[in-house]
Order: sequence, then structure tokens, then C-alpha cells
Amino acid sequence: MILIKENLCDFCGTCVAVCPPDCIEVREASITIEDESCIDCDLCIEICPIEVLYGENEN
Amino acid sequence: MKTNYDVVIVGGGPAGSLAAREAAKGGLKVVVLEKDRDIGYPVRCGEAVGEKGVTQFTPMRDSWIAEKITSATLVSPNGSQVDVKFQKETGYILNRRIFDYDLSREAAEAGASIFTKAYVKGLIKNQSAVQGVCVDYLGKESQINCKIVIGADGLASRVGRWAGLNTLVRMKDMESALQYSVSNVNVKSNTMVMYVGNNYAPGGYLWVFPKGDKFANIGIGISGKYSKEKSAKKYLDAFMQKEYPEAAILTTMCGGVPCAKPMEKPVGNGVMLVGDAAHQVNPMTGGGIAAAMKAGWIAGQVAVKACEKGEYSEKQLNAYPKRMFKEFGKSHNLFYKIKETTEKLSDDDLNSIAEKVLSIPFDKRTLTSVFKAAVFKKPSMIMDVIKVFAGV
Repeated sequence: MILIKENLCDFCGTCVAVCPPDCIEVREASITIEDESCIDCDLCIEICPIEVLYGENEN
Repeated sequence: MKTNYDVVIVGGGPAGSLAAREAAKGGLKVVVLEKDRDIGYPVRCGEAVGEKGVTQFTPMRDSWIAEKITSATLVSPNGSQVDVKFQKETGYILNRRIFDYDLSREAAEAGASIFTKAYVKGLIKNQSAVQGVCVDYLGKESQINCKIVIGADGLASRVGRWAGLNTLVRMKDMESALQYSVSNVNVKSNTMVMYVGNNYAPGGYLWVFPKGDKFANIGIGISGKYSKEKSAKKYLDAFMQKEYPEAAILTTMCGGVPCAKPMEKPVGNGVMLVGDAAHQVNPMTGGGIAAAMKAGWIAGQVAVKACEKGEYSEKQLNAYPKRMFKEFGKSHNLFYKIKETTEKLSDDDLNSIAEKVLSIPFDKRTLTSVFKAAVFKKPSMIMDVIKVFAGV
């Protein structure tokens, strides 16, 4: 499961572009990750330029 | 908002606006759906563009230009600065917010309808053919039927995915990027400065683009291959602390840049992708404005032809990638090969190339002579470069 520091997110959508199962939705000022289809590959965490995403065991 | 158009364009950036302008000029009923409340904002761009990239489609306006660029400075890992004066080419750092807005106005004046705060949630499909979109406009969901959907929905394009096109970018080709627009900085005017090497920006570069007096875009792009170890933000903040500790950051923006080969197949039945959505970015520089405008311009015209014929199949729309590859896609493929070669250079290679280039007198320093010096210092590059130009 991927967690989001939502107040820090810039809603740039870079995570959407690298997400293999397409389970992230970014709108003008909101981001949601569908946990059921997430495969925990962590690519979204790795690509985020400002470290907004993190795994449930971190932080 | 009507329930039927000839062409629905998802996204109101330069690619979407050019497509809309051309399609509307050709007499089609066109709508542009922009998810944000503003066209052109938030800006997610270094804002550098070559003059011709813009002026082949519309005359340059003073209000778009934040700074004219006539030379570049490359900074090697050990801090050596190599200045290169542009010969014929002129560049600009744009005010994208005004620029995008004006391109959108051109589309509107040509007859296109434009809606902001219109979020496309999915496609309407009949078998594999795309025939419309589901849109959430101001909190109300509705369906729009059309003949062709043009996905100009940027890096995070979902139109392409919904249409079944392969839009995934490999991590090594996805640049994780962050930029600050800063004031109270002393930067060289009319000069774009680029820092290369692993200490500044592994698998990418760090840029300082002047935007008028004491103001600049300072940004970084690093390859997704390296961003796991250390984020773009950490690299950029370390640089700011060292070089510009007094800077006031007026804007923070981030994003991704698909420095990949252009998508082989940016079309399907009833659908075309343009701009970042189709990975139409110069893979060496990360610049995408000119390519996006060109692709939108072509796609808009191809849509007009398709509607004249009443034929919206992938086969018919293939006229778009065919022209796109001729115009810039092939050269982007070449740039991708050069990128693959240069990303193998170590910091020591880069330092010794800089040293060699510095021995060329400034007024004789052209991009070609710099390139020659680079090849001289790193002879193994010769084979790679020959391969690139021979198309092997």
C-alpha cells in the first residue's frame, strides 16, 4: 500500500505516468491510489521528485 | 457544452491548442477539455524554446518572451565553465502562462469551444473504436460523442491507456524533474547555463535559465534510474544552498519528462495522441514545446482530412505519425541514440571534454567544434556517433 503526504503533493502526475497497473488518479488538486489494483512496485515512490509518496512501513 | 462534436481534444496545452486551431480552421466542430481551472497554469516547464519552433506556427509576441537566449554555458562536474555562442539559432525563455493562454485564444478565435475544469474520466468505445469521452464538468458527469479524440493530456496521459496504446515510459527514460522560479539571483543574462555530471544531476542536467533581471528558472531533471537513491529535490536543494543561498523561491513546480523515443504508434481507431502524451520530447534536452506544437498542428489537419472522408480508422489516422516521424520523430530517435552514448560518459570524461573545448578560442567555439572536441577526447564515441548517423 502506498501512502501520500497529500498536503505536499504538487499533483504533477509523474507517478501516474510510471504506474504499471494505472491505479493512480491525479486531478487538479487531488490524488487517489486504488489499493486493490496497486501491485506495490514502488515505482511511484522512486520517481516522485519531491518525496510525497511512501510505503506503509516507512516514516 | 454540447453532446456531439467532430473532435474532442483532451488537454489545453500547446499540443491541444494547435490541434484545436487547425481542426477548427478546417471547419470541424471542436471542443478542448482542460482539467484545471486555468489554461497554461500551473506551468510545469523550463520554458526554453528555439525561435523557429514557435514562429513556424505563429508570430512571436513580446509578451511571451521573458528572455532572449544567445549563448549557452556548460558546467562540467569539476566546475569548468564552457561558453558556447549560438551561431544562427536564437532561443527564448518563455512566459508559458501567457504563451499557452494566447495559443488557446487562437484556437478559440478559429472557432473551437474550450472548457476548463472539465476532467475526462474515460472513453466511449465501440469495439476498439473510440467514439467519445465521459467528462466531469463542474461536478456534473456527461457523455460527449465524437468522431475523433485527440489525447493532448500530457505526461500522465490516460487517454492513450484507455485506448489500449502502449504509453508506459521506462524508468531510466523518465526524468524526475523539479524547478524553482527564483528572484534575487545574479545570473548571466541571455545565457542558458547547464550543469552536467553525477554530482549535479545523474542521467540528466541541472539548468539555470534567466527570466529577466535577477530572476530565473532553476531546475533539475534526473533519470528515474537514479531517483530512488536520492530525489530530484535533494539534488536541487543542495545546489541552491551552495550557489544561491540568498534566492527567494517564488514558485515550486515539479513534473516528469518522458525522454524516451517518440511513441511508434500514437494512433488507434478514432484516437490520436500528441505532445508529452506521445513522448514527443527531444530526449537529449528534454525540450518538448516545439514538437508538441508540430504534432498538434499535424494531428488537427489529419483530423480534417479524416472527417472529409468520413473515415476515422487507425489506418486513416496513420497519416499523422507518418508526417510526425518525417518532421521530427526520426531526429528524436537519433537524439535518443546520442543520449544513450553520452549517458555512458563518466564525470572524468566530461571534465576532460570540457578541458579540450576550453582550448578552442571562444569566437571559434560552435556546437560542431564542441562536438568534434568531445569525440577527440573520447575516441570510443566516434563509433557510437557514426552508428547514430548511419542509422545502425
